[in-house]
Amino acid sequence: MKKFLTGNEAVARGAYESGVTYAAAYPGTPSTEILENIALYKEDIVAEWAPNEKVALESAFGASIAGARSLAAMKHVGVNVAADPLFTLGYTGVTGGLVLVSADDPGCHSSQNEQDNRYYAKFAKMACIEPSDSQESLDFVKEAYRISEEFDVAVLFRMTTRVCHSKGLVEEGVREEFEIIPYVKQPKKYIVAPANARLLHPVVEDRLKKLEAYSNNTFLNRIEWNDSKIGIVTSGVAYTYAKEVFGDNANYLKIGFSYPLPMDKIKEFAGRVETLYVIEELEPFMEEQMKVNGIQCIGKDKIPNVGELNPDIIAHALLGKEIETVKVDESKIVGRPPTLCAGCPHRGFFYQLSKKKNVMITGDIGCYTLGSAEPLNAIDTVICMGASISMGHGAQKAFAKNGVDIRVVSVIGDSTFMHTGINSLIDVAYNKGNTVNVILDNRITAMTGHQQNPGTGFTVQGEPTNQINFENLVEAIGIKHVVTVNPLKLDEVDKALEDAFNFDGPSVIITRWPCALKKYSQQDIEEFGPISSKCHVVEDKCKGCRICTKTGCPSISFDVTKKKAFIDPNQCVGCEVCLQSCPFDAIEKVGEK
Amino acid sequence: MAEVKNILLSGVGGQGIILASKILATGLINAGYDVKMSEVHGMAQRGGSVTTQVRFGDKVYSPIIGKGQADILVSFETMETSRWLDFVKPDGKVVINDYRLASAPILIGTSNYPEGVIEFVKEQIDDTIVLNAAELANKLGNIKTMNVIIVGALIKALELEEIDWDQVIKETVKAKFVDMNIEALKLGMNQVK
Ligand SMILES: Cc1ncc(C[n+]2csc(CCOP(=O)(O)OP(=O)(O)O)c2C)c(N)n1
Repeated sequence: MKKFLTGNEAVARGAYESGVTYAAAYPGTPSTEILENIALYKEDIVAEWAPNEKVALESAFGASIAGARSLAAMKHVGVNVAADPLFTLGYTGVTGGLVLVSADDPGCHSSQNEQDNRYYAKFAKMACIEPSDSQESLDFVKEAYRISEEFDVAVLFRMTTRVCHSKGLVEEGVREEFEIIPYVKQPKKYIVAPANARLLHPVVEDRLKKLEAYSNNTFLNRIEWNDSKIGIVTSGVAYTYAKEVFGDNANYLKIGFSYPLPMDKIKEFAGRVETLYVIEELEPFMEEQMKVNGIQCIGKDKIPNVGELNPDIIAHALLGKEIETVKVDESKIVGRPPTLCAGCPHRGFFYQLSKKKNVMITGDIGCYTLGSAEPLNAIDTVICMGASISMGHGAQKAFAKNGVDIRVVSVIGDSTFMHTGINSLIDVAYNKGNTVNVILDNRITAMTGHQQNPGTGFTVQGEPTNQINFENLVEAIGIKHVVTVNPLKLDEVDKALEDAFNFDGPSVIITRWPCALKKYSQQDIEEFGPISSKCHVVEDKCKGCRICTKTGCPSISFDVTKKKAFIDPNQCVGCEVCLQSCPFDAIEKVGEK
Repeated sequence: MAEVKNILLSGVGGQGIILASKILATGLINAGYDVKMSEVHGMAQRGGSVTTQVRFGDKVYSPIIGKGQADILVSFETMETSRWLDFVKPDGKVVINDYRLASAPILIGTSNYPEGVIEFVKEQIDDTIVLNAAELANKLGNIKTMNVIIVGALIKALELEEIDWDQVIKETVKAKFVDMNIEALKLGMNQVK
């Protein structure tokens, strides 16, 4: 029976059926569920959350050198972090098959940019495969492992949000056990000292030629002939959009193996049609290469390279089709941005921080990025993971050197700190910085849907493991002023901030309280106790000052007619931040007093 | 050949839209359709606006649709209907849950919850069905059945009652909630004439 799977689930299944025995990843939407699903094959595959993507790729590479089939998965920007090993992996090749899944996010559904990672394959001189749906996600992974070993090349398996997170019917197969390749030392291949690297480069160029020959013959690149003068070269999810728009009224060259491109096949296809379109999402990756090869085609001059595509965008761009829609009344739409949840431990901290004057706040990526939004407005910059601490350090040095009296606070989540923030904090300590660094430890990787990390004490497969002690860690780095606080206690937070500002030298504040949505572990129950009763507004005491709404808690609303605040008991978890914010003691715990 | 039908579900993170679409998709698959379903994860749990799309027919290629393409828009929250209204075909249908969830700008008082949404939608789309699933769910004794009640209305609006939905509920929800959800589904179906 067919299964209804997301692309991510299908990739996991494909890895299982290919006999993979090692997989590592760092979470990141839309890639996260790949490793989560691989982890379900507990008996057959070692699955691990790595602290960052570079580590994930390197450990998968190690497993490949050891002779096993391995996989690393990450979101598109994660490949930037893993780029260093990636480029040299392009030279060395592999032993056991190695697949790097890159999940790109056209449209920036949950990302800071919409880079097109197919360019990485070309740049790092490795093979690129692009599935269009869930069935292909499974089938192509299997072919990816075959190619990886046949051509001694790592494969960049490029997915996009709509392939990762759309479900379709999938025919599963069975697992083929992969016999580990016996280990032999291969210093000329795996020690990339300059003398060897120089020798490897021509080998890579030769490999690319062989891969191009394969590309011209593989079933991954297939032609669908119909009775039409239009030809369409397309890949990934864009193929499904093209099929919706053109149906049988065009011929298709569907590219599943997009680097190296099957240039001979494309030329032949182009020669047999009158009009040639290239329909690809994001950048003109195929189009540029086709044009360099003298193939005339219509692509990005008509189809946008900004945002994600859909069938209508293509119908409009290429056929001038106008879709009839009903009227929309903008006055009946109010924005619904994501917010920190009711009871989120980040709220108490940001509420208190937002009151500080004369500070620059460098932020980072995670749920706490929402501390930048109204009404907290407590973050000034967010760029990439780990950057808060290093950018803050540079800014503080620049302020000091140029006589500017502004203090810098850098805020970073627990998972993000271990991802790359830790290097930045070493920089701060080593170069005698003077920033206030706050590790927002909510005991989980929340933003991406609650993954375990080295600070939580559990592995991806749910087994207890070593737990990082942040205090000891930052002290070992050389930070002298370290304090841990409960972020829901506003006076504790305030004192910690003031003490840190008054301390001459870099400091670390660790806020420690579990994410409001976290399922408590036994350790959490012991440390953080039972969840307390909810809060409510005592209407007689409420003066209608609205200060409690400044906490930005989604369970608090203000009744304009009554001029009173109201706490929705269905949402409140009793964190007491609003209770502490109220200057008139008008918020109390339900059942107390 | 069955023409591909497009369903757009909209609402707010935490309203159970993912389960609702799962129930729907399972029923359609059991009935022998090709089905594609698209959801966007990520910010969904943080109270943001959420949609999923379900497409079914003999052969479905694209997992998503653009504006003016939905045969039916099912909105779990009133204001969200306005946000996604232009995705509905002008001769399509709308199912609105008469249920308000204030978003952040409304909570902090920089905007007001828009009035007249339902009336406006009715002016645009003749075939608009309004139900109060929260009230019905409370009558059933569990507010959490709201999403399944809405699925019931959707099933009826799309004339898919022939499918064995009791079986689908058994496949998709925990054993101890099966009876309640079967009842919820029926309740939702009865809301549509
Ligand atoms: C290089 C890179 N990898 C992964 C991500 C995806 N990502 C965004 S936030 C986040 C986790 C944040 O977790 P944490 O720092 O613990 O903060 P929390 O969300 O728990 O507050 C991840 C993995 C990313 N944006 N960039």
